[in-house]
Amino acid sequence: MKLRLPAIVRIGILVLLVVFLARPEWFEPVFRPLTQNNAPVIYNQGSLLNLTLLHLRTVAIATAGATIVAIALAILVTRPFGAEFLPLSRSLVNIGQTFPPVAVLALAVPAVGFGEKPTLIALFLYGLLPIFENALTGLTTLPPTVTDAARGVGMTGWQRLVKVELPLAMPVILAGIRLSVTINLATATIGSTVAAKTLGEVIIAGLQSNNLSFVLQGGLIVGVLAVMIYDGLSAMERFISRRMGLLQQG
Amino acid sequence: MIEIENITKRYGAATVVNDVSLVVQPRTITVIVGTSGSGKTTLMRMINRLVEPTAGVIRLDGEDNRTLPGYELRRRIGYAIQGHGLFPHRTVAQNIAVVPELLGWDKARTDARVSELLSLFQLDPETFGPRYPHELSGGQQQRIGVARALAAEPNVLLMDEPFGALDPVIRSKAQEDLLAIQKRFGTTIILVTHDMEEAIHLGHKIAVMDGGNLLQYATPAEILANPATDFVATLVGTGDRPFRFLSLSPAGDAVEPGTAEGEAIPASATQRDALAELLWSGRPALPVVNEAGKAIGRVTVDGLVKRASRPAA
Ligand SMILES: Nc1ncnc2c1ncn2[C@@H]1O[C@H](COP(=O)(O)OP(=O)(O)OP(=O)(O)O)[C@@H](O)[C@H]1O
Ligand SMILES: [Mg+2]
Repeated sequence: MKLRLPAIVRIGILVLLVVFLARPEWFEPVFRPLTQNNAPVIYNQGSLLNLTLLHLRTVAIATAGATIVAIALAILVTRPFGAEFLPLSRSLVNIGQTFPPVAVLALAVPAVGFGEKPTLIALFLYGLLPIFENALTGLTTLPPTVTDAARGVGMTGWQRLVKVELPLAMPVILAGIRLSVTINLATATIGSTVAAKTLGEVIIAGLQSNNLSFVLQGGLIVGVLAVMIYDGLSAMERFISRRMGLLQQG
Repeated sequence: MIEIENITKRYGAATVVNDVSLVVQPRTITVIVGTSGSGKTTLMRMINRLVEPTAGVIRLDGEDNRTLPGYELRRRIGYAIQGHGLFPHRTVAQNIAVVPELLGWDKARTDARVSELLSLFQLDPETFGPRYPHELSGGQQQRIGVARALAAEPNVLLMDEPFGALDPVIRSKAQEDLLAIQKRFGTTIILVTHDMEEAIHLGHKIAVMDGGNLLQYATPAEILANPATDFVATLVGTGDRPFRFLSLSPAGDAVEPGTAEGEAIPASATQRDALAELLWSGRPALPVVNEAGKAIGRVTVDGLVKRASRPAA
């Protein structure tokens, strides 16, 4: 297989990230110019690798929850019996989006205490809308001859959903998940204001001690993760779409 | 046998199919013709209950088609949808295998059936089976649509303008394929088309629809000879009528004793083809040969012209 340049760049960045997380001290010279007064160069209040994994875990749990609920909701309101709930569910999910995550955190803390829980709630609510909207678009814009054929060959409602509608809507649904993950990767840093273990800790520590190197380390890890996950999911969407002939081969 | 009895479909105030009754004999081809919006598709879709009628009954082999749940009924009735409707995310082989899978056939039987059908439509199973629908030409997609409808060996096949999008050459090839398949499996076929020529060529019986009404339901010869209304007459096309009439019977039926010079025509060719050949080659008579290639007599311009005139009512 011939690797194209972007693929090499991607692998390079991934390797760099892994090495940095495993051996951050190797990178001390790179970040040294950003610190003053002999302040520590590399984040030293915990393991970067550990924080990154916890950060990813928080985002994964919240996004998985949001994905399940949003897709279930989209399926429900696109069935004949659920159509009347369409406007209601739309506005509910919209509320989740218009509420700033900081406000959700502030409201959730008194209810569930400090730590990961309020962060999960905020990320979950925040992740719902893109997935729901996309799933709805995907499920309501299927080619009519294909859905008709699914009925014509004798599929039950459930079979049509599982064998035809969801697979065909998958690229659009995946695009929603991708948006949601990317937003949540960044938003999760705020969780550290309520003591969730995320990469936000590194950034906050940097801001408090006026240590630009810390801020940059936290920011870079989050940024690189977001770009790579975005990229990976895009590639998956393209693969599925191409197989279905929805994209031109090229 | 399909008995359609006083079937009516209304959408709100609009009556789309109005009190239609007709009986389709087993192992025959019935063609529904009519202008766009005349209710052909709707009538057909009430047979497999993709559309529920407002009033009336449809019976298949004596049994009301509402006895089974809709999805089970549809697994037994082949349906080639208007505009093939193949599943874009499934391969050609998987598309054809859909109904057998829903019916729980084992893999060996399904695979064998898929190969059989692909070969039947002159598509190599090894080459075309693993392809996706977008990797086929329009004509190939159409054939896969029909193959999918035939996969579970249904007794009844509904076809909605199956040849609409095909060029004339592929189209007549597809028509011949359909006739061969119908003979081979003895399938009862109901086919919708805009094209009177196609209806006359394929149909044992033709149902002419206009504005939701069934204007005439008769054999092609009867419709040509005695169109029930002016609309049917227009559809038949008065200018083409004698030629269409000749196209209904084989040259073998018009054979007269005697011999003739020049290239022979097979007895199975239509009388229209025979007349065309006579006119084109400027001969007064043509020799006719049977399947074995043996001369069985001749056809003459005079004889054919007599046959092309309106039959006594
Ligand atoms: N679901 C529906 N709701 C309302 N009107 C409908 C519906 N389906 C069909 N119609 C109307 O019923 C009439 C007949 O439609 P139908 O599809 O049966 O026509 P057709 O003879 O198959 O036409 P074509 O040759 O263009 O396919 C049309 O006027 C159409 O607008
Ligand atoms: Mg139609």
